[in-house]
Amino acid sequence: MHIDLFGSLPLIVIWLALGAVGIAIQAFVRNNTRLIFGYYAGTLVLTAALALLTSAHKGVTFEGMISLGGFASYFDVLFCFIGLLSMFAARPYLQRENAELDEYYTMLVSAISGMMLMAHANNLLVLFIGIELMSISFYIMAGFLRTNIRSVEAALKYFLLGAFATGFLVYGMALIYGATGSLQYEMILSVVGANASPFPTLLAIGAVFLAVALSFKIAAFPFHQWAPDVYEGSPTVVTAFMSTAGKAAAFSAFIALFAVLMPTSSLMTPKLQLMLAAVSAITMLVGNITAVAQSNVKRMLAYSSVAHAGYLLMGIVAHGTAGYSAIAFYVTSYTFMQLGAFVVVGILERGNEQYLQISDYAGLAKREPVLAFVMAVFMFSLAGIPPFAGFFGKYLLFVAAIEAGYTWLTIVAVVSSVVSAYFYLGLIVKMYFTDSETEHARVSPGLAGVTLAVTTVVSIIMGLFTSQILSIFSSWW
Amino acid sequence: MGVVALLATLFVPLVGSVVLLFIDREQVKAIKVTALVVTVGTFLASLFLYPAFDASLSSMQFVIDMPWIASLDAGFRIGLDGTSLLMVLLSTLIMPIAILTSLGPIKKSVKEYYVLMLLLQFGMIGVFMALDTFLFYVFWELILIPMYFIIGIWGGKDRIYAAIKFFLYTLAGSLLMLVAIIWLGLAAKAAGIGFTADLMKLRMIGPTIPMDVQKWLFLAFGLSFFIKVPLFPLHTWLPDAHVQAPTAGSVILAAVLLKLGTYGLIRFNLELFPQASAEFAGVISVLAVVGIIYGALVAMVQTDIKKLVAYSSVSHLGFVVLGIFSLTVEGVQGAVIQMVNHGISTGMLFLCVGVLYERRHTREISEYGGITSVMPRFAVLFAIAMFSSVGLPGLNGFVGEFLTLLGAFRSPFLGSWTYAVIAATGVIFAAVYLLWMYQRVMFGTNDNSENKHLHDLTKNEYWQLVPLAVLIIWIGVAPRTLMTLSEQSVRAVVSKVELYKFGPHAH
Repeated sequence: MHIDLFGSLPLIVIWLALGAVGIAIQAFVRNNTRLIFGYYAGTLVLTAALALLTSAHKGVTFEGMISLGGFASYFDVLFCFIGLLSMFAARPYLQRENAELDEYYTMLVSAISGMMLMAHANNLLVLFIGIELMSISFYIMAGFLRTNIRSVEAALKYFLLGAFATGFLVYGMALIYGATGSLQYEMILSVVGANASPFPTLLAIGAVFLAVALSFKIAAFPFHQWAPDVYEGSPTVVTAFMSTAGKAAAFSAFIALFAVLMPTSSLMTPKLQLMLAAVSAITMLVGNITAVAQSNVKRMLAYSSVAHAGYLLMGIVAHGTAGYSAIAFYVTSYTFMQLGAFVVVGILERGNEQYLQISDYAGLAKREPVLAFVMAVFMFSLAGIPPFAGFFGKYLLFVAAIEAGYTWLTIVAVVSSVVSAYFYLGLIVKMYFTDSETEHARVSPGLAGVTLAVTTVVSIIMGLFTSQILSIFSSWW
Repeated sequence: MGVVALLATLFVPLVGSVVLLFIDREQVKAIKVTALVVTVGTFLASLFLYPAFDASLSSMQFVIDMPWIASLDAGFRIGLDGTSLLMVLLSTLIMPIAILTSLGPIKKSVKEYYVLMLLLQFGMIGVFMALDTFLFYVFWELILIPMYFIIGIWGGKDRIYAAIKFFLYTLAGSLLMLVAIIWLGLAAKAAGIGFTADLMKLRMIGPTIPMDVQKWLFLAFGLSFFIKVPLFPLHTWLPDAHVQAPTAGSVILAAVLLKLGTYGLIRFNLELFPQASAEFAGVISVLAVVGIIYGALVAMVQTDIKKLVAYSSVSHLGFVVLGIFSLTVEGVQGAVIQMVNHGISTGMLFLCVGVLYERRHTREISEYGGITSVMPRFAVLFAIAMFSSVGLPGLNGFVGEFLTLLGAFRSPFLGSWTYAVIAATGVIFAAVYLLWMYQRVMFGTNDNSENKHLHDLTKNEYWQLVPLAVLIIWIGVAPRTLMTLSEQSVRAVVSKVELYKFGPHAH
């Protein structure tokens, strides 16, 4: 068996750092979270650097099960970067809640290694391992405040529903294996593309089941019900990480998988497209309309994250390079603005229950002008108002969808964007246009300030560099 | 020189707002002076455009074309024709006046206020200069954010409701425009020149789009502009926003932001979709005429001066839309000059309301009466603004209204003089509600004890009102000085529409 060591470096390094060195350090070093923090931060930086280095080195290895370079490298860098920013935000938060244990960072890096595997997967089983690695890490992180009943409830709920989704995932994979005779992406593609499967019905059911399982992971209608509860109950920094990097990872898998299941030549493609378009349309409407009725900031952002899954699905519906690079752009901008918004929430809240109501944000602009400003940037960006990053991503998605003939879907997206503007603006109204009735202590963001600075700057200037970012996609694809 | 002046006019406000960010918030005076210097500087820069502009050309001048998003052919493309030059000059003129009128009343979050004002100016000028649909959209939406905060933070009692309503109305319209912008780009791709946002290329593609699609694109662009104008029955955001906004906000809203809509109609709807424009001219003109009468009647029964002026805008903008969709040279020329006129005279009316409000903190007409006896100088300037808005011959309003009505009367597209006749009654109504308001506020006996000792205009207020009064008389007497600027561009648009409607031998 030939193994492409150079190309696999990012994956090898993160697993060695995690499984061999990390465990050893934790076994011998006690009560030094600072060291662990620094160690894992360094791991992520190194992994991202290696991913950049190997990005031009495209190919497959491990018997063709893992794809290297290009597309996967882009997502590797994104995951590591988001992971790093999440760590910066998590440290002050966990210290404040007296829950800063070494294991947090271990689980976070473990989740990232799972995400990377999802992006690198070229085989359904590898994809399965990646998804499970990520998900199990998430279950543990969701329950990280183990004395807080909401956190524990979130973890349990997430675990049970996640297990359900895993059932769909494996069943779908089994059906596809039965219908095509392979778990390898390129083998499946050749069968699907030639419409040569002896069991087209099984293939279709398998594809739908995979869509269902991934819809769970991206929180798309009608499998989004877990998201608001889990996002609300989990520690805010965990929510920030799950709802951004987790969604980006699920979309990297979605893209790779549905590029295989929906080739242009397949007879199944138009039907799958229509199904996904319907899911996308309902997801954005449900997400945005439900978000309007929320009074809790975390739940509001959770529903907004559901709605964004709907927007992103437009790119899958459009399929082809235009759709996929639109997803890559939008998911990048989305991770930054959503992460930033949750980090602001995390800085302001206390004990995972206080200061989480939208009404608690009254007069924030006077008390904490900087926090209010960055939150306003994130809200405008999430609402897709130019010149912020979210607008450019939406524009690319709209172009892809209209070009694919889905004008009606774009109009649904436009209508739901107007609805979404209402609740994003609602938060700004609270922060800027109303005065606070109660006294609040000043907050200090600490290390999370770094996260906010980076996410804000990216949200503001990403649009200016749209061309450069798109050219990265096209050259890395 | 023109290109330099163009870039300076666009970017000086942006640079100014960044400079303001670095001034300590306690240095209130420095902030105000900087804002004033920046806006006056922008105005002076824009004046250099005037001599550099060649009015004998209908094409875009001072064009700058730089790539931005290569794969979508969206670029930083700006330039001016006669119509946009007039709009740019109007915006740069109004801004220093809006800053002057803010110096006193704006007391909280002074720094943020002026930063937003300058950002607003950047967005407005950008909209008038953009020659790229994508860039246009970015500037168009960029205006929303500062205006939303200006109404929401520094506005009146119901400011939050007004701010959200303003934002959502505009956003709803503009997002459909975004879909149409993408559609147009793809139409260009289908026509073999690749996906593009370049307005100059799209102008050639637009008329080749089949009518059934063109109608939808026209409506998608149109909806967003009609909301902004606002055309009846999409006007309901306007009275709320106008009344709740601080004086400077109302002035900018009336003078410039409403013009974004009418400007968009000329720049996009007429130029890109000539066949659809001809097709819809009748329906839209009916709505415009309804707006003229409706706005005037509603204005007549208002008890709040600011609301009265706000509804008068609905009526006045009806003339502009009627002129545009008469699709004649007279009508569109009249509309363009009326856009400038309305900016000056309604802007000035809002300033006058602000003058009264600053002294009494009420806008109820019944609270006033006999103000002329204590504020005689103010009475003169208020009267000039009021007569200009009425459309008194010799002042600017007359020129524009006359031309729009003439255009509507002779329009081969409308094919009936009834539009013009009914619309003309709006002029009479305007005289009724404005003169009656003026009479109740300024004449009669000054029997309200609180009104007995109002002081006349301050030096600052003279600086705001006198330049506008001069312009009102100047345009009224010598309208050609401005109308020659836009004449060729207007002729080009109209002949394009005529070409597609009547073929090459219409004349």
